[in-house]
This record gives sequence, C-alpha cells and structure tokens, in this order.
Amino acid sequence: MGQPLLQVRSLDVRYGAVQAVDGINFDVEQGEIVALLGANGAGKSSTLNALVGLVPTFSGEVIFEDNNITNIRPEMLPGLGMTLSPEGRRVFGTLSVAENLQMGAFGLRDPNEIAAAWDRVFDLFPILAERRNQFAGTLSGGQQQMLAVGRALMSNPKMLLLDEPSLGLAPKIIEQIFELIKTLNDQGVTILVVEQNVSMALDIAHRAYVLANGTVATSGAAEELAESSNLQNAYLGGA
Amino acid sequence: MDLFLQQTVNAFALGGTYALLALGLAVVFSIMGLINFAHGELMTIAGYTLMYCGLAGISFVFAVPLALLASMLAAVLMERIAFRPVRNSSGATMLVTSFAVAMILQVLFQNFISVRSQAVNIPDVISGSILIGGMVIGTNKLLAIVSTIVMLVLLDRFLSKQKYGIAMRAAAEDFAVARLMGIRANTVIAGAFAISGLLAGVAAILWVSQRASVDPLMGFTPVLKAFIAAILGGLGSLRGAVAGGFLLGFIEIYLAAFLPAELQEFRDPIGLGIVVLVLVMRPNGLLPAASLKAEKV
Repeated sequence: MGQPLLQVRSLDVRYGAVQAVDGINFDVEQGEIVALLGANGAGKSSTLNALVGLVPTFSGEVIFEDNNITNIRPEMLPGLGMTLSPEGRRVFGTLSVAENLQMGAFGLRDPNEIAAAWDRVFDLFPILAERRNQFAGTLSGGQQQMLAVGRALMSNPKMLLLDEPSLGLAPKIIEQIFELIKTLNDQGVTILVVEQNVSMALDIAHRAYVLANGTVATSGAAEELAESSNLQNAYLGGA
Repeated sequence: MDLFLQQTVNAFALGGTYALLALGLAVVFSIMGLINFAHGELMTIAGYTLMYCGLAGISFVFAVPLALLASMLAAVLMERIAFRPVRNSSGATMLVTSFAVAMILQVLFQNFISVRSQAVNIPDVISGSILIGGMVIGTNKLLAIVSTIVMLVLLDRFLSKQKYGIAMRAAAEDFAVARLMGIRANTVIAGAFAISGLLAGVAAILWVSQRASVDPLMGFTPVLKAFIAAILGGLGSLRGAVAGGFLLGFIEIYLAAFLPAELQEFRDPIGLGIVVLVLVMRPNGLLPAASLKAEKV
C-alpha cells in the first residue's frame, strides 16, 4: 500500500488555554473511508479544521502525500487535491447553485477538466443541474448538503473531508448521502468523515478512530467497532 | 415643478456620490469586517492628484485616470501596510487602525502639501451648465449621475459575471469557506480595496468638480455621510449601500430646498432624525446583508 495518503502525527490544537486536540495520531490510506467519531467537544471538528488550516496547529505534523501541510493556508489545499465539505454545509446562500459549483472549481485552469467536473457533479446530483440557477439559500437542507459535497468535488480532489454530513437531515436523506459517500469512494476518492451518527458512519467506513477529550480513545476496523457494545456508553455520551 | 425637478437632479447627483462612497465602504466591510474611515483620505489623494496634474499642465482627460489610479494604488497600499497586520483582530482594532491611518495621512497632507485649501483647475465644460427642457442643469451634476450609473453597472457586471467577482461575493458571505475553495484571501482583500479605491477616486473627481478645490480634510465629511448611508442601507450590503446613498442624498437636498427658512438651521438634525426613524423601523437597514453571521478567519 505504500505510505498513507494522509498522516497525522501528534496533532495538538489549542484555543488559548483550552486544549481541544491533545496529540492525536492517525493515518488514512489511499482509497479508504475513515471515520472520526466522538461525542460533542471530543475534538473531531477541531482536528478537521486544523488539517485544512482553518485553525492553527499548536504542534505536531500533518503530511498529505509528500507534502507537509501543517498550518497550510486553506486556499492552497484544492491545488494539492484535498477539499473539505464543512460542518453545517455553509453553501454560499446568496450565490446560485451554478455559482457555488463554479467556486468549487476556482483553481482549475484546463477547460476540459472543468467541463468534466461539471458533468461528474451533475451526474451524481441531477437535482443540482435542475436547480442550477436557483439561489443556494433556497434549497432544502438535503439539497444544500449535496451542493456542499458537489462543490467540494469540483476540484477533483484525491481526498474529501466531510464534517458532519448528516447534521440536521431527515433519516431518508442521510441514507442517500451515505450511499453517495460510498459511490464516491468507489470512484477512487479517499474519504475522511467526521460523524455523530455512529452507526451510519461505521456502516460505510473501513476504519474508525474514536476521539474522547482530544485524544484517540480507541480505533480499529469499522466492523469490529460496530460490534463492541460498550462503544456508545464509553465514548459517545451514552446511547 | 421646475424647482422640484431641478432639485431631483441635484439629489440624484449628490446621492450618487454618496452611493459610490458607501459602496466602497461596504465592499471592504463585507469582505473583512473593517469599517475603513481612511476611505476619505483616498478621496483626498485623488483630489491632490487632480491638482498636481493641473499644475503640471496635464490635461484633465489624462488627470482623471491618473487620479483614479492614485486612489486605487493608495487603497491597495493602505491594506498591505496598515490593515493586513490587524486582519484577524477584532472590528474595534481595525476601526481604530483606520482612524490612525486617516489622521496620519491628514497630517502628511497638511505638512507636505498645505494646510489651506488648494484650487483645482476644472475644465469649463464641466463647470458649465446646459439647458434641458427648460431646466438649467450643471454639467457636473449630469456627470455625477452618468458616472454613478456607469460605475454601478460595471461593478454589477463584475460581481455577477466575472469569476473573481463571484469569488468576492462568496468571500463576503463566508470568507473561510471561500478560502477552502482555493480563493486566495490576499487576492480577494486586495481586490476589494482596489475597488473601494476606484470608487473613492470617482467620487473624489465628482466632489472636486463641484468645488474646484481640495484640502487635507476634504474626505472627512463625505465619508461620514457615506458611513451613515451604508448603515442606513444595511452595513455590508452592496445594494443597501447604493440605496442608502441615494436616500441620504434625497433627504439632504429636499430638506435644503423645501424646508421653510425658519427651520433651515435644524436641517441636519431633521435629516439625521429621518435616518434614525428609518433605522428604528428597519434596524438592519433598508436592504440588509444576507449574511453577517459568517465568521471571518
């Protein structure tokens, strides 16, 4: 398998005196779906935000392919092949669906590559093609989540980070979104997903890391973690 | 009726100038949460450029683009030198920084140019007037209205059709996520300042062509008005800034023209009273910005 696509070494994130992430280590191999699980405040989102440079890394290292991306400026990431679909979707509500997607492809220069990205995203999400001229803010929650993922796919990333893709969505829509994550993975996109919906996440993930109080409490193959009955009680704030 | 039409033309001309200035403030505020009180000094710089071009014998036709270039360049430098180091600080820190920049520039103008007001040569064509449908209209008023319309149309085209324009709107709504798309923070912010400098430059040319003079504090009053206009329209909202600018222009001109003589000395309090009334009814302004919640990273 060679070296992992993403390597996180002793990552430490602090907000003033508050230690949000306390020296965690994890890897994501090429082609995997890896889930980061944990209760509220366990450090999941802080970890993702540190990976993409939205919050400063206090110490430790993040290696993506052969690049040390510790404390990278976020705008450099799409060019390296990594994008984040942020928590709460955060689509540009005052921009049209098409403009949102256009922004996702901001760094692409090659017209053929851009055209291929449009085709791919409209293929995955026909609804976005239908609503391309609508303001993103007028879409339903599920459609906004699709737009957020579609937007993150426009730069043809090798690796996609998903922060709570199921947040605030109806169960049926959540299933659709997770189905889609699997499809993307089958297309060769490596995925790191942060989730509170543990059972759904373990359902699609190959491996998972469970965070508690900013450290890795346990990790392993998704199937094994799914079977361990005390996972909920021990780390995820009860059932 | 003629008087009313005449004053309406005046209101459009003044309101347009306020709109351009308010728009310049709003473009920067929407992107980085900074209320740039040194915006007025960008006007002053454009004004002095016009003055020096006149002294050097450069024709007005060439002086205008030079003045616009000067205010744009000054705006970009201002960002690079003064605002970039405090970019991630609180709004208050940035606000105080902008006051400092304004005062430093004012003192530089006073010490190196002159404390007193300097004459600026304005071509006769502009200071003249023309007769339209029985109304005598100052050419400078028409110029102001036409320039405002041209600038608004150009800016609207840029923001709705150009990739970088759309990126600026995206950054205004959610700066952090825009960066995740690969939109460079430095580029967007420098672009916002360049646009605000251009708008300040156009406003300065219109302002100076009404008064034919420039002084170190020239930019203060119009930018204070533009700030009121921006709040009136909804701080950070571009359409709001334009609406607020025109509304403030109309309020000022109509009050000056139609308020009874014995009330004229209360003109400003009455005008600002109307502004307060509008804000009481619409606390977020006439056309509030879509998203003030977006965190600035």
